[in-house]
Amino acid sequence: MTPSSEYNFAYLDEQTKRMIRRAILKGLAIPGYQVPFASREMPMPYGWGTGGVQVSAAVLTPDDRFKVIDQGADDTTNAVSIRTFFERTAGVATTTATPVATVIQTRHRIPEEPLTEGQVLVYQVPIPEPLRFLEPRESETRKMHSLEEYGLMHVKLYEDISRHGHIATSYAYPVKVEARYVMDPSPIPKFDNPKLGDCPAIQLFGAGREQRIYALPPYTQVVSLDFEDHPFEASKADHPCGLCGADDSYLDEVIVDDTGGRMFVCSDTDYCEGRQAAGHRGKDLGGKDAA
Amino acid sequence: MTPLISVKDITKSYGAHIGCADVSFDLYPGEVMGIVGESGSGKSTLLNCMAGHLRPDAGSVVFDTRGHGPRDTVTMSEPERRMLSRTDWAFVHQHARDGLRMGVSAGGNVGERLMAVGARHYGDIRDKAVDWLERVEIDAGRVDDRPTTFSGGMQQRLQIARNLVTGPRLVFMDEPTGGLDVSVQARLLDLLRGLVRDMGLSAIIVTHDLAVVRLLANRLMVMKDGQVVENGLTDQVLDDPQHAYTQLLVSSVLQV
Ligand SMILES: [Zn+2]
Repeated sequence: MTPSSEYNFAYLDEQTKRMIRRAILKGLAIPGYQVPFASREMPMPYGWGTGGVQVSAAVLTPDDRFKVIDQGADDTTNAVSIRTFFERTAGVATTTATPVATVIQTRHRIPEEPLTEGQVLVYQVPIPEPLRFLEPRESETRKMHSLEEYGLMHVKLYEDISRHGHIATSYAYPVKVEARYVMDPSPIPKFDNPKLGDCPAIQLFGAGREQRIYALPPYTQVVSLDFEDHPFEASKADHPCGLCGADDSYLDEVIVDDTGGRMFVCSDTDYCEGRQAAGHRGKDLGGKDAA
Repeated sequence: MTPLISVKDITKSYGAHIGCADVSFDLYPGEVMGIVGESGSGKSTLLNCMAGHLRPDAGSVVFDTRGHGPRDTVTMSEPERRMLSRTDWAFVHQHARDGLRMGVSAGGNVGERLMAVGARHYGDIRDKAVDWLERVEIDAGRVDDRPTTFSGGMQQRLQIARNLVTGPRLVFMDEPTGGLDVSVQARLLDLLRGLVRDMGLSAIIVTHDLAVVRLLANRLMVMKDGQVVENGLTDQVLDDPQHAYTQLLVSSVLQV
């Protein structure tokens, strides 16, 4: 597909892309630090990943192969519309296959397939500030970051345990980056948290409405916050995937018929389809990989 | 003996209006200083200058820090000052809701200072919180309840527990009994007196209530129009006031 001549490559003008790239470079230089940037109006509503879209627009080159996932799936309305947007405005090749993608924009998941050097993972972020839950004043949270006053993050986890008997935060689980900045990893399930650290790919986080960009360069140390007597656990539903039999992937519970029948399937559709194509069958496909 | 805090020539103006002027005094470990005066006398301005909430126009506030001995807290860096205010210092606000997190359980409120200085064992933090709730006469069964469900007196006691849990060396109090019913005030005063005695607390208490200083303070400073008009041992000042304003203050209380 050729890009429409109405737009500059990847929609944003070069000046804007340079401004966003500067924010990205600053973010990479100070891992986990929220860099303000002048978010632009995008031809889609906030909540549709305008922050992620602007970051993708700033890093895409004509040679890239672009993938978009929404909660792990390539085929949701949101994922399809963002993919189509860049096919039109940048003319880049797209794919659903994680290993061949060079830029992956994601909402709420990290792909199961381990990422590699040279790949860029772009997160859509609704609320970049992990401290906001207990401290709504922006001036105060900025000060807390700059002075490393992070006791409040543990108050949040303390409240979780006192109310639920365990740390009930199951997504957007706060992390500490390179023993310095506390960061919200966006609403990924905490199952994905271990993949944030020591990752060969570049990870970029864009919050459009909140006008913040932050980043993790490759092989960054990322630690999930916890208590000595309530250690972090990357939990998931205790089932194998009904379709591909995988027992190491993050699962969605889906309703399969109108009598309330349910099954657990990989949230990462590309991973699941890849395993099925390789001959793996879960119990809901009558396979012998069934547990 | 080194003073715990040595205040010298503290001056703070708001434009042409003088908040407080040329206030100096030393407080030694284990002493409780009361500062009384009417509203507008400068006592709150002075307290906020000492506690690092306001930057004075002139003067120094030298605090004997645990790690580095006497340091001027006016000129030290903000991170150092904020560190002091969560370790060596405590601040009890008049309105408990200014000093509490109303959306956090009682245990979380008491535990916050512990976590702020690195406590990372949930069980230990909770045990300490429960211990402190009991010390301020709040039923341990309320540890998971939010302060919004507490009475005014309980909220104030919770604020005190939250402040004292890390064993601060100096407690600033701004009208700690203000706004409470008389019977509730009496109970709070008894509790504070017990804590001051048992912990050997050093404190600076700003109040307009002479009953509070009579009960809690060894020393008393009387302020009017931003100036200290009288300064001495509490009993001496209250029983034999020298300054005309203090005499008026004491007599008006006695007539009530
Ligand atoms: Zn699967």
